[in-house]
Amino acid sequence: MPMFPPITRRNTGWRLFLQTVIGRSYPRTIGQQREKSWIIFDVFLPLLSVASYVFVYRAIHAPEDYIGFVVIGGAMTAFWMNILWGMSSQLYWEKETGNLPLFIMAPGPLTGILLGMAVGGLVATTLRAGVIILLGSLLFQVSYVFSNLASLLAVFFLCMAALYGLGMMTSSLFLLLSREAYHLANLAQEPVYLISGFYFPIKSFPFWLAGVASVLPLTLGLDAMRQLSFSSGPSLGFLSVPLEIAILIGLTIVFLITAQWLLKYIEKKAIREGRLTESRR
Amino acid sequence: MSRASASWNSFKTAAWLGWQIESNWADPFLFAIYSFVKPLSSAGILVVMYALISGGNFSTPIFAYIYIGMAFYIYVGSIMTGVSWAIIDDREHYRTLKYIYVAPVRVPYYLLGRGIARFLIGSISVLITLIFGVLFFKLPIVLSAINWPLFLLVFVMGILLLAVMGVLLGGITLMMANHSFLVGDAVASALYLFSGAIFPLEVLPAWIRPLGYIMPITYWLELLRRSLVGSITQSFPTFASLSDAQLLGILSGLTILFGGAALFTFQWCERWAREHSRLDSTNNY
Repeated sequence: MPMFPPITRRNTGWRLFLQTVIGRSYPRTIGQQREKSWIIFDVFLPLLSVASYVFVYRAIHAPEDYIGFVVIGGAMTAFWMNILWGMSSQLYWEKETGNLPLFIMAPGPLTGILLGMAVGGLVATTLRAGVIILLGSLLFQVSYVFSNLASLLAVFFLCMAALYGLGMMTSSLFLLLSREAYHLANLAQEPVYLISGFYFPIKSFPFWLAGVASVLPLTLGLDAMRQLSFSSGPSLGFLSVPLEIAILIGLTIVFLITAQWLLKYIEKKAIREGRLTESRR
Repeated sequence: MSRASASWNSFKTAAWLGWQIESNWADPFLFAIYSFVKPLSSAGILVVMYALISGGNFSTPIFAYIYIGMAFYIYVGSIMTGVSWAIIDDREHYRTLKYIYVAPVRVPYYLLGRGIARFLIGSISVLITLIFGVLFFKLPIVLSAINWPLFLLVFVMGILLLAVMGVLLGGITLMMANHSFLVGDAVASALYLFSGAIFPLEVLPAWIRPLGYIMPITYWLELLRRSLVGSITQSFPTFASLSDAQLLGILSGLTILFGGAALFTFQWCERWAREHSRLDSTNNY
């Protein structure tokens, strides 16, 4: 058995929170350096879907910018998949494998664990999405026209903050689920690809539908990123970029606050109802 | 118990078990929503993409080509992936695979039986998608104009093909420790691209097209389109020079080839998994 040095300094407060975040994000960021098979499954698999949609656009003679829309949308699916399977379902999986009670017993706060999952997932998924964009752009010769790089970066990070806030929120809801967790996460894939406009501009929807879809951060994030990256982007945008940025800031605040409140409430409820250790296969 | 009787019992029991697993996690209303929201959303993505570029003109041959291919491709995901997924379910999730192996169960038939539930759910999805297409997007399917003998023959052949391909993937899944849950999706995504399910093969770069020509699913989808809306298929040059009988001959040959290869591969993988103690290995990956 390896001997670990005794703990001489006990962290509390924000130090403990930070330690928890780093501790939980560590396996997600370091893990991918040790297990390289993700390159095949997490990059080439989404690239196949991207290629299929690209060839559909080619078959119907769409303008070349639409190929770029598909490449960006295909890369962003990695984030949505990470939210569904790496965030929302995560506490359910931890429950199934028996780790959840250990998380609850450990001194670190559960919000720190969730934030660690989010940070680790975000870093790992950004790398995957970056490779998809790079390879997709090279393969299909996508040409970008970046009108405002600073705004583009701001949109991306705001979109991610809101998205992972949403992930933390749904993660606590999934804590109460059992066998249906898998099916519900599965159900939230294609419908979200459709209403968030992963492969086409959301402006093609009626205003009310695009408005409802804007509750999902990726809808506005994708729309703004396309406006800032393609020559035809501004003419196909749903709302102006500054307005979309303002809404994304609002969504980030709402999701993060709600996630914290919801997690406390549902953790208490799950403990009271004895759901933390149940395993109904 | 004879081999035939054991095979039938394995198939029948697995079909019942598969249906319970797939359907009893929710009340019937939620289950019904689950069964049609996913396929309609997938269809919706392609419909919106097409409508955006064509200005909503759904009466073109290319739209029917895309829509029918996409609708029947649902079977590829549900049957092929579903059959192989039974290995993951039983080994990793329920942890019952070792008990199945020590019981008087013939595993390939058991896997085929587990695919029945996915076939039924897939059939509902395909039917709803097609009805939706006919009602709202002028999909030119007319019941009286369908070549029913060709359709039924090709349909059954394709379902059997997908089921044995699922067994093949099941064998490969037995050997894998990590990422086994992505094997079905990976193969389904590759076939989606290379078989020209949602675009004519001539759109693909010339060096990739041969991959489509050796995939039986390419011919299966082409024959389904011909049996349902024969008139539109002449608009695409890929198989225009081949008659229905020629395509059927190619599909039959490839189905036998793939079927034989699938059963042989499964037996080989199964032996390998026994030798390497993979039948009961769980890693929570």
